[in-house]
Amino acid sequence: MQQIFNFIFKNSNRILFLLLLGISLTLTIQSHSFHRSKIISSANFLSGGVYEKVNNLNEYLNLKTQNDALALENAKLKSLLFNRKDTTAVKKLDSLKGVKPEDLLVSKVIHNSYNVHENYLTLNSGEIDGVKADMGVINSLGIVGVIENTSKNYSTVVSILNKRSQINAKIKKSNHFGSLNWNGKSTGFVQLTDLPRLALIKIGDTIVTGGQSVIFPENINIGTIAKIYRDKITNYYTLDVKLFNDMTNLGHVYIIKSKDREEIINLEKREKDE
Amino acid sequence: MNSALLVNIFRFILLLAIQIIIFNNMNFLGYISPFPYILFIILYPVNGNKSALVVSSFLLGIIMDLFSNSGGTHATACLVLAYFRPSIFKFAFGLSYEYQTIKINDVLTPQRFSFILLSVVIHHFTLFLLEAFQLSFILDTLITTVLSTIFTIIICIIIIYLIKPNKR
Repeated sequence: MQQIFNFIFKNSNRILFLLLLGISLTLTIQSHSFHRSKIISSANFLSGGVYEKVNNLNEYLNLKTQNDALALENAKLKSLLFNRKDTTAVKKLDSLKGVKPEDLLVSKVIHNSYNVHENYLTLNSGEIDGVKADMGVINSLGIVGVIENTSKNYSTVVSILNKRSQINAKIKKSNHFGSLNWNGKSTGFVQLTDLPRLALIKIGDTIVTGGQSVIFPENINIGTIAKIYRDKITNYYTLDVKLFNDMTNLGHVYIIKSKDREEIINLEKREKDE
Repeated sequence: MNSALLVNIFRFILLLAIQIIIFNNMNFLGYISPFPYILFIILYPVNGNKSALVVSSFLLGIIMDLFSNSGGTHATACLVLAYFRPSIFKFAFGLSYEYQTIKINDVLTPQRFSFILLSVVIHHFTLFLLEAFQLSFILDTLITTVLSTIFTIIICIIIIYLIKPNKR
């Protein structure tokens, strides 16, 4: 017994190190697995509060770009208002098509990361506003990500610039489906993989969200094709997609609170149970 | 209260605050960001309590993780650095050196520089390895480690000189 105690006292530093190393490695491995409940996330009182304060300061520095964006949106809305009956006008890209206005929740990005392989955003709305996990996040230009964790007042979003992110997407004109990933290289481009070779595509075609996912409604803008790779072994294309969104500069975003989603999930669950 | 302890607590909070508010938003060329918060581990007193260093490094890392959504990568990297710090000391200053008299926050000598360099490299390599978590990204990891190390060291040295001006 005495020897055991002696051993523990002698190696207390090493034991402490190994114990804490075990904890931190567990957290690391857990954060890399897909289905998990994340313990260490920035959707909490402490970091959410600090980021909100910092963001309040930063907002002043971005007033000009945000003003420009708002003015642009205003001009677009005005042109819609004045040219209502004009059917000859060129149809503008409506990125929010298929979303009912009552399902949208406006929120603000208070923290944005884009320099690592797994990027997250923090938003300043949480459970109080009705935000739940797996809701889609978009802005006026295109998709941004999917809600992962929520706390009372804050929520975290898995950005599309995240290796773990997988979103169903399709070619706008031909309805061929693929899945949208990120290879961790450039913040302006994401990759569309598993697109069948049958699809007729060319550089510049628009990629939009597909209808197979319950997170995003169909036809929300993502980006345009920038590069086409042919896989020699399989019969699939891999595409580089240039994002419409500048992921390094995000201000206000919309969270999609679709009621259809629960209906679809319940229906599919019933199917499985029977 | 011990003044060394107070200085360390103050340093812990101040470095974390600077890191989170300023340096986390610094993305040189889009993906290189400095991590001068590890100065806390580097500047910890040489003859200080080792267990306290290990525990406080873990706390330092876990708070960083909390703010950057990175699971436990910062915590692991800080722990590894804190645990191997005595070995790095031996390597940089030699076995026969009087450890009690070493002060890191002083004029830059080759020994001090090699100590800081080794510490930063070990921390950054662990950090980026765990952050990518895939061996296919090993080249990316190495490049980011080298570039970030240069960036971090420059900022660390600037901070050391700012806090402790040479007494003449």
